[in-house]
Amino acid sequence: MTEHIVGKSVPRKEGREKVTGAAHYVDDMTLPGMLHGATVRSQIPRGVIKRIAFDPQFNLGEFVIVTAKDIPGKNCIALIGDDQPCLADGKVNHPEEPILLLAHADPHLLRAAVDAVLIEYEALPALFSLDDSERRSQIIWGTDNIFKTYVIEKGDVDSVWAKADYIVEGEYTTGAQEQLYIENNGVIAAFDVEQGITIWGSLQCPYYVHKALMALCNLSEDKVRVVQMETGGAFGGKEDYPSMIAGHAALLAMKSGRPVKIIYDRLEDMTATTKRHPSRTRHRTAVSKDGKILGGEIDFTIDGGAYATLSSVVLSRGTIHAGGPYYWPSVRIHGKAVATNAPPHGAFRGFGAPQSLFAMERQMDRIAQVVGVSPVEIRRRNFLTPGQTTTTEQTIREEIDLGKLLDRALELSDYTAKKTRFAQENKAASTKKGVGIAALLHGAGFTGSGERYLASGVGVEGCADGSVRVLVSSTEFGQGTNTVLCQIAAEALNLPYENVQIAQPDTNQVPNSGPTVASRTAMVVGSLVRSAAAGIKQTLIADGTLGSSYTPEEFRAACRQYISEHGQLRSLARYDPPAGVFWDDQKYRGEAYAAFAWAIYIAEVAVDVSTYSARVEDFVALQEVGRVLHPVLAKGQIIGGVAQGIGFALCEKVVWQNGRMQNGQMTNYIMPTSADLPRIRVFFEEMGNIHGAYGAKGIGELPMDGPAPAIVNAIGDALGTRFDSVPVLPEDIFEAVSAQGER
Amino acid sequence: MTVPSENRGKCETSLAVNGKPKTVRVFPMERLLDVLRHELGLTGTKEGCGEGECGSCSVLMNGELVNSCLVPALQAAGTEITTIEGLAEGPQLSALQAAFLECGGAQCGICTPGMILASCHLLKKKPDPTLDDIREGLAGNLCRCTGYMQIFDSVAQAARRRNPA
Amino acid sequence: MRSNPADYELIAPGRLQAIVALLANEPGQWLPIAGGTDVMVQYAAGKLPARKLVSIWNVPELRGIDILPQEIRIGAGCTYTELREQEIVAHEFPLLASAAGWTGGIANQNRGTLGGNIVNASPAADSLPALLAYEAELILVSVRGERRVPYLGFHTGYKKMQLAPDELIRAICLRRRFSEYLHYARKVGARNAQAISKVCIAALGRLRGGAIGGEIEDVRIALGSVAPVPLRLPEVERILTGKPVDRELAQRARTATTAAIQPIDDIRSTARYRSAVAGNLVAEFVAQLGATA
Repeated sequence: MTEHIVGKSVPRKEGREKVTGAAHYVDDMTLPGMLHGATVRSQIPRGVIKRIAFDPQFNLGEFVIVTAKDIPGKNCIALIGDDQPCLADGKVNHPEEPILLLAHADPHLLRAAVDAVLIEYEALPALFSLDDSERRSQIIWGTDNIFKTYVIEKGDVDSVWAKADYIVEGEYTTGAQEQLYIENNGVIAAFDVEQGITIWGSLQCPYYVHKALMALCNLSEDKVRVVQMETGGAFGGKEDYPSMIAGHAALLAMKSGRPVKIIYDRLEDMTATTKRHPSRTRHRTAVSKDGKILGGEIDFTIDGGAYATLSSVVLSRGTIHAGGPYYWPSVRIHGKAVATNAPPHGAFRGFGAPQSLFAMERQMDRIAQVVGVSPVEIRRRNFLTPGQTTTTEQTIREEIDLGKLLDRALELSDYTAKKTRFAQENKAASTKKGVGIAALLHGAGFTGSGERYLASGVGVEGCADGSVRVLVSSTEFGQGTNTVLCQIAAEALNLPYENVQIAQPDTNQVPNSGPTVASRTAMVVGSLVRSAAAGIKQTLIADGTLGSSYTPEEFRAACRQYISEHGQLRSLARYDPPAGVFWDDQKYRGEAYAAFAWAIYIAEVAVDVSTYSARVEDFVALQEVGRVLHPVLAKGQIIGGVAQGIGFALCEKVVWQNGRMQNGQMTNYIMPTSADLPRIRVFFEEMGNIHGAYGAKGIGELPMDGPAPAIVNAIGDALGTRFDSVPVLPEDIFEAVSAQGER
Repeated sequence: MTVPSENRGKCETSLAVNGKPKTVRVFPMERLLDVLRHELGLTGTKEGCGEGECGSCSVLMNGELVNSCLVPALQAAGTEITTIEGLAEGPQLSALQAAFLECGGAQCGICTPGMILASCHLLKKKPDPTLDDIREGLAGNLCRCTGYMQIFDSVAQAARRRNPA
Repeated sequence: MRSNPADYELIAPGRLQAIVALLANEPGQWLPIAGGTDVMVQYAAGKLPARKLVSIWNVPELRGIDILPQEIRIGAGCTYTELREQEIVAHEFPLLASAAGWTGGIANQNRGTLGGNIVNASPAADSLPALLAYEAELILVSVRGERRVPYLGFHTGYKKMQLAPDELIRAICLRRRFSEYLHYARKVGARNAQAISKVCIAALGRLRGGAIGGEIEDVRIALGSVAPVPLRLPEVERILTGKPVDRELAQRARTATTAAIQPIDDIRSTARYRSAVAGNLVAEFVAQLGATA
């Protein structure tokens, strides 16, 4: 079947507004009588609040002041567990924890006002690293500092050690990473006794905020309305955090009776909001003499910060991906999320998978070295093939040929020739070059029973003017939600793309299509859009207003007529779990994801031996994604994700001191500029996907998984020195090269 | 003692914005960024970092690219400012704006106004830029979404369209 | 934005005479602000102690470059863009042209000034090692008139300089005698653009008779980001002068470099790294010197 819209690079739905400066982000909006809000935050990592006083030299009388005592409902940010307070009440558990809120009509007065709030603490000992948390010199959360554990077991691991020709061990760590959306977190809240709370915000998940505010403000469902504004980047950093900032603005709005805007500046956003979970993975792998994995143990631990928030879900994905795209006859994977006294860590593109896949791909290169085969061969010999099962015993049902994918990537990157040439040239050159591989899989959609639990709903409606409108709570933040969902609806209805619009996500207007996360929007929500679109067509056909084949004008006329007669033309589609997809939440076993996308990434790196800096010279990103719905958007997602991955590997380091980020400015938290990236070459393969709209698999997060291991493997190839941690800064390369020189 | 902001200390400041004369009554140390966004309601220029690193606040001042978050209002007096709102001619998009749309140069859009102005400034100085020229010209504008490649494509396309070979 | 504009005064007297008169009448009260690329960042962070500022942006007497037979005089208000656009700077003072191209992005180069870079006195300032290597002299101006001082020794400590409270830098003078030299400059930052330097070097050298294999006749080496002020390395220059270039000499220069500098651990880098890289860059310069006529 040939599609005429899906598969084409149609214009971005909201693109014109974006290139003319007309797009409305939350800070572009003002309401009459609006106040500006600010947050007073903890200056210590852990302790008891002894006293809150106001500097007598400063007149705080004109300010609206909110503390935990003003909270009408439950003092928590409702998410999964309810352990995170909206405002600290008596004790604090991380630096920058919010304690008190202020508002005033003049935003310029807020800084001095925040400084005028004097808080006395009795400090308690705090924990700052994953290792410290495990040692339990203090218990800072629950009874044992552990938010969550998972165990995945397959086969008989304990028997493999005796049979192994090699036992390869490795420990790999990844640091925190800041999402660094260019638009900081921001929100406006308004309160009215009749209507309740309205929130306009920069956010990914309107219904998460809706749920959180109901509990916080003690309001019923119909008294909370959340509207997503144009959002300037998110990457997971606006998945759960907006519930916190929205809660703050709502409390100030309720107390003052005026609308309240809170916009963070860069320093506050970086130091107070979520980051990627730091991780430590320990591998112990039993390998046969021909390099086949017999079995192994993987210990995957992530640092969740001070409160549980999303850590259990990040842990889940990281644990399930820990075995990579390989066949494990037996394996035991322990996943654990622990507490430290840092601001809670959260979602960032990849969501646990970049961490555990970094470890797996480094481990594969290590195994190759020990066994004496090439990094190419070790992977080829262990790739999953159709009919085999993953670590969770999910059978690979699609005809994926990873060996062939690898071959194609090797050819595109000229890997073999370069490896040989570099080995020769490096002997004399002042720039050492190397190539590195990462092979990966990425499960799209919510894990296991997650999609069933979400029970997403989607609407498509005909409008009075005959156009069609998509109704979803799925948000656009650059990745192309608006465009792709309209493409799908237009395709399903055989209408021009221009005739389809999408409603601004507003919980008063759209059903809950689930959060915009987990690379699920095109695949899962897109499928529902297709169904709902077909639904309105069926309604018109059944009504006799439309024939089974029609022109766009005929559709428009039929739609108008139907609405004038019936008042509304709307179809709702709800997620129906596909048959044959079973997940056991207790044993953590079964079909973890409806679909996996597969990828081979290859990096070429050059290391300057006088400055010890590594530079990516060429990058090949080859992935199988089911179906490319929009070539320009899809390519843009991969390049953007690879760019973030390069940052994760080489320059994005959070400098911590006592739980607080020290480099919370763009000058000192280093992300790549246009001068720092090579040409990133993107290639797709399309095998289709029975569970995704028009065969699509999710691709938003996949590109985050490959760059770090590919680059670090390449640096190892260039220097002969292996790194087991990211980021790898020039200072790290210097220390390793010096140590090597001293031996 | 705090007092609400008064007019005391503010000055009449005249400048041209997108070809139109404007007079605003602002403190001399008000940032040009805030004058544009709050006094003049031109919210197309964005704040990403407040420290001159991200370039989201870029505008043209007397034809030169500047970070408006680092320009005090007093120093903008008597100058000609061009913001993103000044680029399109009515419904007709500029070559750059059209190219950004076609080539995927804008994803979330928050860096886009500054990025387009930086590109505009680049093409004025180098109408036929190499890839290295483009990288250098845009190195002061951070984008977190695109990884820059499709922005380079957009600029190259606009350059080609303006100078058909 | 962590400061309240209502708390600040900014005036623009316009001409140099009025500005220096103001500085003399109210010493220490008024902070000069040129392009604002340093001052406005401190202001936005809520970390600007000064409350009264006087604009020296676009002051005619501080702008432009005077080209004289023996030297050029760069107005302190010259922006990095203007430096880059001047052919004479690119031809005769490439260390300065490179440094101007490394400072921030285009938007900051359009506003940042050479005078501002000197007075802001960051140890990591990009243009200052070039001024040391070229043995720049500064023309300082006040109501008392002008005086001319060597740039070497102008900075006496971290953010301390030999500038009276009522003085401004008017111009930076560079003698035109370096055409026959090898010019070598490198900046090592955390990324390729928009980076504060971890180490930067500006160096000049010439071999006797200009012939390969000849001894080093004259050499100047300056480093940034390895001490509280930008440094010339007289000890290293002494070791190099009069010697033919060979591997051993480059190694001695490397060792003498690490002995001469006091880099620190800070948020951007480590002392050990800076030390090693500084040594490497000096060695690389010496090797290049030996390879060119």
